[in-house]
Amino acid sequence: MIPPTSTASDTRTIMMWTDDVRQTAKRVRRRVLEHILKHNGGYMSQACSSAEILSTLYLKVMNLAPLDKPLRPRPFPGVPSRNNRLYFTGAEFNGRAQAHQDRFFLSPAHYALVLYATLIETGRMDPSGLDDFNRDGSSVEMIGAEHSPGMEVTAGSLGQCLSQAAGIALARRIKGEQGKTWVFMSDGEFQIGQTWEALAAASFHRLDRLGVYVDVNRQQCDGLVANVMNLEPLPARLESFGWRVVRVDGHDPAGLAAPATQAADGRPLAVLCDTDPCHGLPLLREHAPKLHYLRFGTPGERETYRRALESL
Amino acid sequence: METLSRVHARNLVTWAKDKPKAVVLSADLTSSCEADAFRDAYPDRFFSMGVAEQNMLSFAAGLAREGFLTLVHTFAVFIYRRAYDQVAMSVAYPNLAVKMFGFLPGISTPGGATHQAVEDVALMRTLPNMTVLETGDATEVESVLEVAASVPGPVYVRMLRGQVPRLFPASEPLRLDQPRVLSRGKDLTILSSGLCTEEALQAVALLKTRGVAVEHLHLSTLKPCSHPAILQALAQPKYGVLTLENHLVTGGLGSIAAEMIAENGLGVKLYRLGLQDTFAHGASRGYLMREYGLDAFALVQATERALNTDLRICREDLAQVQVDALPSEAKAEDL
Repeated sequence: MIPPTSTASDTRTIMMWTDDVRQTAKRVRRRVLEHILKHNGGYMSQACSSAEILSTLYLKVMNLAPLDKPLRPRPFPGVPSRNNRLYFTGAEFNGRAQAHQDRFFLSPAHYALVLYATLIETGRMDPSGLDDFNRDGSSVEMIGAEHSPGMEVTAGSLGQCLSQAAGIALARRIKGEQGKTWVFMSDGEFQIGQTWEALAAASFHRLDRLGVYVDVNRQQCDGLVANVMNLEPLPARLESFGWRVVRVDGHDPAGLAAPATQAADGRPLAVLCDTDPCHGLPLLREHAPKLHYLRFGTPGERETYRRALESL
Repeated sequence: METLSRVHARNLVTWAKDKPKAVVLSADLTSSCEADAFRDAYPDRFFSMGVAEQNMLSFAAGLAREGFLTLVHTFAVFIYRRAYDQVAMSVAYPNLAVKMFGFLPGISTPGGATHQAVEDVALMRTLPNMTVLETGDATEVESVLEVAASVPGPVYVRMLRGQVPRLFPASEPLRLDQPRVLSRGKDLTILSSGLCTEEALQAVALLKTRGVAVEHLHLSTLKPCSHPAILQALAQPKYGVLTLENHLVTGGLGSIAAEMIAENGLGVKLYRLGLQDTFAHGASRGYLMREYGLDAFALVQATERALNTDLRICREDLAQVQVDALPSEAKAEDL
C-alpha cells in the first residue's frame, strides 16, 4: 500500500472535521426546531444562520477544557449578591477556565437556545437540560444571563458584551494568559454606539487575543438590517477602526475556522460571517422579512414545520 | 480650618503603591479627576478609555471579573446618566468590584446642568448591590479609597476635588455605615452630607448661641444606612428633623430620612433642604448654594420654621462664624 501524501492526509482530516461540524450544525437546527414545535414558537432563524458558526467555534476554533461528561443545568441560584454564596456562571459548560485556554462570550443573549442546542450536540450539556428551557426556577433562561449554560456575562442589554470581553481580554493579557477570548455577536448590535466604543478601545489597547465572530444574517427584530439602519460597508467600517477583518461564508466550516489560525499581529480579529437566516429550512422564507421570532400562524403551519423537521 | 489641595491625587498614588491589582480607568478627564499622578506613577495600571463612558463601565466590569480592583474616574454625571444601563447590568447585577469615583457632585461646579450631578444618589441608591458613599472633607477623601476597596462589590463615591477643607481629624477616617455625630441635643436633628456639612457646622455653631439644642449627624455612607445612631437621632427631636444635601431632596438624604421616619413610625416633622425639583445652572458654588437654599443661612431659616420662632440671625452673623477660608470662596475651578 502506498502511504498517502501529506496533502491527501490533510484533505482527509479537513473532510473529517468539517463533516463533523456540518452534521453537528444540522443536529443543532433540528433540535431547535423540535423545541420550537413543542413550545409553539422561538428564535428559529438565529439557529438557521448561526448553527455552523457556533459548531465551528466549539468543535474547531476554541481551545476549551473537555468535560468528563455532559452537565445538567443547575436550578437558578438567585441573583448575584454579597449574601449569595451559591451563585455560579454558565461558564462551567465551557470547561474549567485556565490561563492557556480560550473563553467564550455570547453577546446576543436571545441566541441562548442555539447555544444550548450546540452545547448538547457537542457533548457539553445533557439533552434533558433543554427540558428546563424557560421553565420557572431554571437557569436555562429564554434570554440567557450569566448563570445560563455556556454563558459567563449578562449580555441581554445588547452591546455590553464586547466591552466586558475586552476588559477580560485586557485583564488576561496583564496576567500573561495565553488563551484567547472569543465573542459571538449579531450584526444588529453594530447599530449600537457602545459597540463602536468597544471596537475603538480594543484596537487602541491592541487586544489581539480577542476575536469576534459576527452572524451577519442581515436580519433584526423589525426586519432587514438594511431597512432598519444600514450597516454596510461593515467590513470597511471595522477596518477603519483598526480591526483585522475577514469576511467568510458563515455556513462553510473550513472558511469559518481559517481566520482563527492566523498569527496575532496586534489587531483584534473580526470574522464577518455571511449567513442565510433560512439556511436548512427554506420553508421559513415565507415569514420574511419578519424572521426574528417564529410563531406558527395556524395549526396547519405547525404541521408543515413538523414535516420539515423529519426532512432536516 | 485647614484647606488642602488635590488631596485625592496624592492619596491615590500612596494608597495604590502596594496594591498591584488596583487599576485606574479614565475617560479623558484624568487631571480633572485627579488621577494624573497615578497615571504618571503607574503607567502600566492606568488605561485611557477615551470619551466613551458606556464602554468604560462595561470594560471595567470585565477587569473586575478577572480580579482587578477597578477604579473608574470621571465626572459623576457621565457615570450614572451616560452609562446607567452599563452600571446596572455590567457592574451592579454581577456585584463586581468596580469602584466608581464620580466627581462634581451637585452644584459643586459652575459647569451647569450638564455637569452637575443632582440626582445621582437617587439612581445609584436604588440599584441592588450598590454601595453609595459621599465625601465631605479632606479626611474622607483620603480614607474613602480603603472603605470602597473593602466592600466586596460595586461602590459609587461622590468625590470632592481641588480645594477641600479638613473638617474631621485625619485620625478619624470615614467608616462604612458609621455616621459622625458632630453635635448633641434634643430640640432638633440635622442630617447633612457632603459639602453641605461645612455649611451645617456654621449654622449649628450659631444656633447653639441662641440656645437651640441640635443633634447634628454627618452621613458619608448613604447606602447602606442602618446605624442605630441615625434612627436614634431621628426619633428624639422635639421640633423636627432637617436634612441638608447637595442633591435633589428626592431620592437622596432627604428621602433616606423620610423612609426611616415612616418605616419606624416616628411621626416626626421633616424639613428637606436641597434642590427642590429643579435643575441648576452654571454659577459659583456659593451663589448656587444661596440661590437653591442649601447653605448655612437656609438651615437657620428652616430651623426658625421648625421652632416657629425668630432667632434674630442674619447672613452677616453667619459670616462671623466663617473664621477660615471656605471652599466656596476659593477660586472657581475650571473643568
